[in-house]
Amino acid sequence: MSEAGKSIRFDHQIIIKWVDKGSRVLDLGCGDGVLLELLIKNRGCHGTGVEIDEKAIYSCMAKGLTVSHIDIDAGLADYSNKRFDYVILNESLQEVLQPRKVILEALRVGKKVIVGIPNFCHVRARLQIFFQGRVPVTKELPYEWYDTPNLRFLSLKDFRYFCKNNGIKILDEVGISGSKRVGARPNLFAHTGLYLLEK
Amino acid sequence: MHIVETQYHTCCAPPHELKLKSGVSLGPVTLAYETYGTLNKDKSNAIMVFHSLTGDAHAAFFHKGEEKPGWWDTMIGPGKGFDTDKYFVICSNVIGGCKGSTGPASINPKTGKPFGLSFPFVTIDDMVAAQRHLIDHLGIKKLLCVSGGSMGGLQALIWATQYPDYVESVIAIATNTRHTAQQIALHEVARQAIMGDPDWQGGDYYGKSIPARGLALARMIGHITYMSDKSMDEKFGRKLIAKERLGYDFSHDFEVENYLKYRGGNFVQRFDANSYLYILKSLDYFDMAAEGKLTDVFAKARAHFLVISFTSDWLYPSYQSKEMVRALKANDLDVSDIEINSSYGHDAFLVEVEGQTKLISHFLARMQKGVAHV
Repeated sequence: MSEAGKSIRFDHQIIIKWVDKGSRVLDLGCGDGVLLELLIKNRGCHGTGVEIDEKAIYSCMAKGLTVSHIDIDAGLADYSNKRFDYVILNESLQEVLQPRKVILEALRVGKKVIVGIPNFCHVRARLQIFFQGRVPVTKELPYEWYDTPNLRFLSLKDFRYFCKNNGIKILDEVGISGSKRVGARPNLFAHTGLYLLEK
Repeated sequence: MHIVETQYHTCCAPPHELKLKSGVSLGPVTLAYETYGTLNKDKSNAIMVFHSLTGDAHAAFFHKGEEKPGWWDTMIGPGKGFDTDKYFVICSNVIGGCKGSTGPASINPKTGKPFGLSFPFVTIDDMVAAQRHLIDHLGIKKLLCVSGGSMGGLQALIWATQYPDYVESVIAIATNTRHTAQQIALHEVARQAIMGDPDWQGGDYYGKSIPARGLALARMIGHITYMSDKSMDEKFGRKLIAKERLGYDFSHDFEVENYLKYRGGNFVQRFDANSYLYILKSLDYFDMAAEGKLTDVFAKARAHFLVISFTSDWLYPSYQSKEMVRALKANDLDVSDIEINSSYGHDAFLVEVEGQTKLISHFLARMQKGVAHV
């Protein structure tokens, strides 16, 4: 990584490596567009973002991005088959209403799909449930049950099962803890999981 | 203070008349227009903006001796959304109008009298066809952007689909691709208000008493549709006019009544009733998908799009903008869209300056750099 590259988030670094140069990318739940901007600058991608938060749209536009102000659940139907080389769902899948439908739709409009999920079965969360008898609140999962934006709670293992049951091929998986790759037992030690998928 | 003068371009003199969508020919045709900023050497920084129903060519800056600037002065000027230090902005009036362009109040060269109802029906397509002559006259091959709100947005969309080679990008604000039954119904009520005024005289009132009551009433109806329940309540509430208590008679009690009366009365001074009828009709006839699917219509477009709508706009509701965005996406076009949270109703497109300034200036900067994200 270059000098400037040092400040790039670790999950973004992995995604940038996965995405081929010059690809057409759709980032679902693109937030303020940091990842899209990196993909455009570092990989020469053509990117479109989808984002529901109005304020984030202004940030994306300020970065010179193309962005659509729409719910992820409704935002995919308009695109033709294999319109994009990559569809990215990083840290957004757990907030959608119909994750199965969204992933399958993402695999329809994209040749490959990149999914990033928080691991709700990290060892610290498991210990909180076991010893405290409470739904876990950790640095990585900071929300209380009454104010969490997360609608879905899953582990890396759950996600692998999901892919298997839906005929989705996992081309690559990276478990991440902080800014490090988790080598062994990611379902226990990774805070997030990144997946490169194909169908 | 920037001073600007309205200019006029006349084209389509017989035998090269403008062939209207109705099949009738019109010529010669005059268009009033204004320009702001400087056209660069390779003529690549031109932006055309279009006005809404009752607007005119005077979009920005000041006319000599006048205290009020043009209708979109908040968005057009040095350092503003449409930055006249960078771009050459053109605003053209429409045919059928009464602000210096050929319309029902113009003199029919064949009779020497005002056209009145003998003026042919014009469509949004016809308005744009006339504007193309103006752009050709100015020697501009490609417009960096075409943009407008409400009826102005319709013109921008027609530019993008009828003359795709001329259009690099589109900013469509609070607009739609077809007028719905509700919109047509509201227009019909306004038309009946004018045509029911005895002074209307079948449109032949020039040089006589104008149908002021009917036109004022039509405008009052219009103003209600431009606001939202919330914005009216915030602006007027139930405030009484210089009264302690209700009058228990039919004189005006409430401020909102006075406001509408003032707006209506003001309007008849500056707008021709027949023009109002003709332009309303052109809106009713507007349906881009009349001859097929909307997706197919946009297949002709090659521009980059920015589509802006507002949450409380019930006259041009945001679902209509979303329909448009879907058709654009289905054609693999580069489209950004936003639904701005605003309580100002349809008026929001003129009122919500801060957010739109950011969106438009950033979008135009990208267009000028030629960065595509398709």
